[in-house]
Amino acid sequence: MSAQGAGKQAGGGFGLLSLLSRLRPLLNLFTSLAVTFIGLLAITFFIGRVMPIDPVISVVGERAPREVYEAAYKAMGLDKPLIVQFALYIRDVLHGDLGKSLLTSHPVLEDIKRVVPATFELATVATILGVITGVPAGVIAAVKAGRWPDHLIRIMGLIGYSVPVFWLGLMGLLLFYGKLGWVSGPGRLDIFYDGVVPQVTGMILIDSLLAGDMTIFRNAISHIILPAVMLGYYSLAYISRMTRSFMLEQLGQEYITTARVKGMSERRVIWRHALGNVMVPLITVIALSYAALLEGSVLTETVFAWPGLGFYITTALVSADMAAVLGGTVVVGMVFVGLNLFSDFLYRIVDPRAK
Amino acid sequence: MKHFAILASASIAALITAGAAQAGTPADTLVIADKIDDLITLDPAQSFEFSGAEYNLNVYDKLIAFDPKNLGPLVPGLAVKWSLADDGVTYTFKMRKGVKFHSGNPLTARDAEFSLRRAIKLKKTPSFILTQFGFTPENVDEKIKATDDETLVIVTDQPYAPSFVYNCLTATIGSIVDSKLVMEHAKDGDFGNEWLKTHDAGTGAFKLRIWKPNELYALDRAGDYFRGKVAMKHVFVRHIDESSSQRLLLEKGDVDIARKLTPDDIAAIASNPDLKVENDMKGRIMYFSLNQKVKPLNNPKVIQAMKYLVDYDGMTKSFLRGQYIVHQAFEPLTYLGELKDNPFKLDVAKARSLLAEAGYPNGFPVKIYVRNAQDRLEIAQSLQNTFAKAGIKAELVVGTGKQTLTVYRARKHEIYMGAWGPDYPDPNTNADTFASNPDNRDEAKLTGKLAWRNAWDIPQLTKMTKAAVIEKDTAKRARMYVDIQKEVQKRGPFVIMFQKIIQSAMRKNVNGFVTGGAISNAHYWTVTK
Repeated sequence: MSAQGAGKQAGGGFGLLSLLSRLRPLLNLFTSLAVTFIGLLAITFFIGRVMPIDPVISVVGERAPREVYEAAYKAMGLDKPLIVQFALYIRDVLHGDLGKSLLTSHPVLEDIKRVVPATFELATVATILGVITGVPAGVIAAVKAGRWPDHLIRIMGLIGYSVPVFWLGLMGLLLFYGKLGWVSGPGRLDIFYDGVVPQVTGMILIDSLLAGDMTIFRNAISHIILPAVMLGYYSLAYISRMTRSFMLEQLGQEYITTARVKGMSERRVIWRHALGNVMVPLITVIALSYAALLEGSVLTETVFAWPGLGFYITTALVSADMAAVLGGTVVVGMVFVGLNLFSDFLYRIVDPRAK
Repeated sequence: MKHFAILASASIAALITAGAAQAGTPADTLVIADKIDDLITLDPAQSFEFSGAEYNLNVYDKLIAFDPKNLGPLVPGLAVKWSLADDGVTYTFKMRKGVKFHSGNPLTARDAEFSLRRAIKLKKTPSFILTQFGFTPENVDEKIKATDDETLVIVTDQPYAPSFVYNCLTATIGSIVDSKLVMEHAKDGDFGNEWLKTHDAGTGAFKLRIWKPNELYALDRAGDYFRGKVAMKHVFVRHIDESSSQRLLLEKGDVDIARKLTPDDIAAIASNPDLKVENDMKGRIMYFSLNQKVKPLNNPKVIQAMKYLVDYDGMTKSFLRGQYIVHQAFEPLTYLGELKDNPFKLDVAKARSLLAEAGYPNGFPVKIYVRNAQDRLEIAQSLQNTFAKAGIKAELVVGTGKQTLTVYRARKHEIYMGAWGPDYPDPNTNADTFASNPDNRDEAKLTGKLAWRNAWDIPQLTKMTKAAVIEKDTAKRARMYVDIQKEVQKRGPFVIMFQKIIQSAMRKNVNGFVTGGAISNAHYWTVTK
């Protein structure tokens, strides 16, 4: 979007005018970001406030004496008009203060620093697994369209789509942890390893490597592998279906026929030429599936006792812990925007036309 | 294509075999799987949740305590001796010497004075447990005083049953905090509340190492403990939402104790020779009540009939198995003044004749308000079924907890099915709500009292409850509560059905894990492995 504008402007003008025109796309970007975020916050805030849940009860309990209830009601600013509450919240956010969570008594920022790396780590490993299996599976399905490998991959994909993640997770735990003992159980680490390596990124795989502690690294791997495979299976299902349809479209194109006629090896035709051309839409698909994993793996987090962002936001939402919900929303919003920008950036690398 | 396939399978294989699962917890470490997502604050002056009470019991001490090994009489805590003066209002506590807080600060009577005053001045939800003795933020500096480093004097506004005062001091809000440490972190007159919500300032057997909300808390042994030898060096309490996940962890030996298993999971592990299950009673009572503003629910014969239309045994033997036992009085078993009689059982013929005497031989339609929680819905459906046998056509009105509670508190229900848990370990907590209603007018809005919510006008019982709370002779006081309960059992619009039991599943090698019955909570310091 902004890339084309920048390209047009780059050729003409110089001095201040040129600088301004170079900055405009950046300015546009920031304006649209600001509008997106305020809109996002406003919608979340007002939906949260019309929900029939009393946030004061979450804090003081249903048996609180009336004066305790009223004191808490005031302290939480609920006596002010909604619009004022929202304005005050935005003011605090601009000052870098996301408020305190009612449910954890911790600053929301601190909570988020704790839960986001857990989700990020899981979603990243899952997406890597999903991509390294899903893309080849999609390509094979396209090349062998209508034959048994295609059917097999389709069935696997369908199972991935339709089996509840909750059930699949429990069955996975029962088999690979309970019966076979190949992997570790729920949680990010065996509990007595908790807090042993200093927290740098919050992602245990990386932190343990930084600390050079291979025991903890291996332990973390044995904990993350099962939930990551489960989530990865879901992105496999999605990525392979999309890859298949992109590839089918490419394989019918003239340049593929030309390449074949020129005597190019089939492997090169498929993996270099055809796949190379579906990379751009595929990156969008992968980015979207990654983003979905970042905010939407609540059930997996529950089964695997994985203290991540999805679980945090859901718990906060049902207790009307608005500071926590809004804080989480900001993060999810940033992830979506960030991934969009990132896939824009990747387009330019894989597709010279986008420059 | 081959490259991809090889790369993919190689990385998965490498990842899977990278870390073989390690079984068993270290001998000096206790790992508990539980649900602790209700833990919202660690400050004992504010904490009023189940998980909070258990955490505080292990990190803080009170002046007096229940002995985990013999949950009857009160035993010394941070006070070694206590007495009541002849005036009936002046309590004197002699503090234990040589106790240190986790910070290293020595404990004195000044800390006890500070802690109780602080709890009253902070005015958080559980503060009523102390303010019911006439303390206010304004007068408490006069009423609660350390006369020297070893002596704490508490003066109540009128004579109360001493057992009532002592029992209330064993509640979480009676925890003694490190005054020096807490005040170092005080901000804007909050008595260190913001800080103490996430930190520890206690003398208990364990000190807090880390609390990650919705994830875990980890405690370390604090050093010598005045109540006895502490075997465990570390305790981890981990939040595991799913019963099946808890069970797997227990079976594999990755946790020592699983606290929240469903009856199905408990049944499934019964035959496992490495595990055992211990039952304990909790204070929660399951009941339904009849709004006395609604006809014919206020007819004494109808009230009687309802009590014979509940399949008490059928429910506890089927879907409530392992979760509830039949109990028909409002004080939980093990409380002072417990009443063990269960006079009612399912008797449709008797109910029918009572209804006929009341003038309703063919029954009547009625609405049951119930929260959408599984056990309650199942109970309500069973009631619907047994009511129908006597011609009573019950319609279930299902809502969220808040919706049904709103109707109930506004006295707009017909039948309300719900649960009640005691607020502090003294019989007054339940007597005051089931058997006391000083003002039955709508405007009185005594929403905290169940008798008021059901519009049950009971001047005589209210008087009896008031008398019991000031009776000095504990044995006599216990008898008074028995009488009150018998009266409620006979006439009251409350059909009390069940009391909660909890089942803790643990590894065979775990001993001494006491969950504290209805009056207390789990102690970790008594555990050995």
